[in-house]
Amino acid sequence: MSVLAIVPLNNGRPTKGGLEAASYAAAFAKDQGLEAIALVAGSIQTDGDLGATGVVRVLQCSDELTDSSQWTRLAAAAAQECGAKTVVLTHDHTGRAIGPRLAVRLNAGMVSGVTALPQAGAVRKNVFSGKAMADVEVSSEVVVYSVTPNAFGVRDGGSPAAVTAFSAEVGDAREQVTGFDPASADGQTPLPEAELVVSAGRGLKGPENWGIVEDLAKALGATTACSRPVSDIGWRPHHEHVGQTGITIRPNLYIAAGISGAIQHLAGVNQSKVIVVVNTDPEAPFFKAADYGIVGDAFEVLPRLTAAIKALDA
Amino acid sequence: MKILVCISQAPDTTSRIAFTDEGKTFDSSGVQYIVNPYDEWYALVRGIELKEAHGGTVTTMTVGGAVCDPVIRKALAIGADDAVRMDAEPTDAMQTAQLIASYAKDQAFDLILCGKETIDHNGSMVPAMIAEMLDWPFVALATHLEVEGNAATLKREAAGGIEHVKVNLPLVLSAAKGMAEQRIPNMRGIMSARSKALNVEQADGTAMSAVRQFSLPPEKGACKIIPADQAEELIRLLREEAKAI
Ligand SMILES: Cc1cc2nc3c(=O)[nH]c(=O)nc-3n(C[C@H](O)[C@H](O)[C@H](O)COP(=O)(O)OP(=O)(O)OC[C@H]3O[C@@H](n4cnc5c(N)ncnc54)[C@H](O)[C@@H]3O)c2cc1C
Ligand SMILES: Nc1ncnc2c1ncn2[C@@H]1O[C@H](COP(=O)(O)O)[C@@H](O)[C@H]1O
Repeated sequence: MSVLAIVPLNNGRPTKGGLEAASYAAAFAKDQGLEAIALVAGSIQTDGDLGATGVVRVLQCSDELTDSSQWTRLAAAAAQECGAKTVVLTHDHTGRAIGPRLAVRLNAGMVSGVTALPQAGAVRKNVFSGKAMADVEVSSEVVVYSVTPNAFGVRDGGSPAAVTAFSAEVGDAREQVTGFDPASADGQTPLPEAELVVSAGRGLKGPENWGIVEDLAKALGATTACSRPVSDIGWRPHHEHVGQTGITIRPNLYIAAGISGAIQHLAGVNQSKVIVVVNTDPEAPFFKAADYGIVGDAFEVLPRLTAAIKALDA
Repeated sequence: MKILVCISQAPDTTSRIAFTDEGKTFDSSGVQYIVNPYDEWYALVRGIELKEAHGGTVTTMTVGGAVCDPVIRKALAIGADDAVRMDAEPTDAMQTAQLIASYAKDQAFDLILCGKETIDHNGSMVPAMIAEMLDWPFVALATHLEVEGNAATLKREAAGGIEHVKVNLPLVLSAAKGMAEQRIPNMRGIMSARSKALNVEQADGTAMSAVRQFSLPPEKGACKIIPADQAEELIRLLREEAKAI
């Protein structure tokens, strides 16, 4: 018996979410006295750093797959092959497309977006858009989990894993990928995976003022985000919108400038490990959810922060 | 084109979240319910736009008790033609998906549009489960959908950007921001919604998971205020105290 991790690749390397799924699978396997095995589709260098996460073996399908139903068949065959009763994915766009399909195919209960290892027969996840947590029990023999990005982390220290070729009858591709628009030209980490995020709201007054936000993000190596009205009026692209109806993030640091901290905004960001708020209004509700605050004008404070980081790094 | 839009009800986004029964039950007292935003703003509106462009019908599907009827009427007021409610209190996504798939399987729908996730369960599971149960293609987190004859062209969220995808109908998708603009129902819509059919079907399915216990996140400690003219001090604290950078 084993625990199987589904690991998506991006440009020949496991994604961070994939490494987190492998780390979770390995930690869970260790608790249970089992082995963790990773499944990839496409080519990787050596073991793709998966051994370091604690995975002992990598099953490699040579075909790159983008079709959720093909992936599902491949993963189901792999789960069967290694007698896996637990399958772990990352709760990103891949895990959302494949995980629930796989659960149906394996007749398994699924818990999505888990944030910690199962304990006493239940596993924790966030519900009500981060305003509460739920401990969920699964009654089926086979279980599928998807792990919230940046919640469990990537484990390190294991030894290189053996890579074995794996193939299965996956049927025809029905989803055909015809193009790709990169979100940002400068290669920022995608928001769901970002550890550092600099975000701004209507307090910035107009899209022409975003330079100070981008400068701070660049100095930190952070990803930029925004509040909903800012993306609704077209100051910033939709994919930057965080909150209850945007992306939910969980970075180590979230800096919010000119954002009031409405409950719907907080829902998407309140699991950030450290929150910094910059706002001219000392009564802004966001300060109640913040760890550090500066009552001041973003137009003055952000450039100062950028300069201070540059001085630190110099 | 025959379109099914899956609509669930969710607590209003400003609701106070609390639990009773020692953390086993959501405290719905004083809670206003709305159509789950992803279902309403994106899935439903795009469904209606496609119907307006190509002809056909938009049916909404809800798994839940009679308490859901007001939000179903709202969807009808926005422009759906009729509604189906599977009368059950689902315990998990598997059960919900089963009931939707069992209804849809011999109705010859071309499209099943869902929201990206419900804002209470945050599952993001029901749509892909329906797709697997029907053995249909599935596009997760779709931000754009056009249909020409039997072919759908879509955009979806992917690692570091937006992917373009082509798929033949029938198809299940989960809708994310960008798919459509919110529509406010007008008076005529609200009036006509009253006479549109809301068909209730008896149903039950089996769940495979259940919530044992809810809890609330720990309270934040007090916010440390740093004077605006000492912004450098914040950077020092972030590095040395919070160890965040
Ligand atoms: C169903 C629903 C879902 C929603 N979902 C989301 C969501 O997912 N995400 C989201 O963000 N919102 C969401 N909202 C909207 C939310 O309620 C707020 O309206 C929104 O978050 C406010 O955005 P803001 O803070 O940028 O703007 P405002 O509320 O206008 O706040 C601007 C802030 O900037 C400050 N400010 C002004 N000038 C400066 C300056 N020079 N320097 C520093 N600070 C300054 C002001 O004091 C103020 O606090 C949702 C609303 C609804 C009804
Ligand atoms: N009870 C329900 N009735 C109808 N559709 C639902 C129900 N629950 C979920 N859905 C649909 O599935 C999507 C994802 O839900 P979830 O998997 O719960 O996050 C929602 O946005 C709806 O479109």
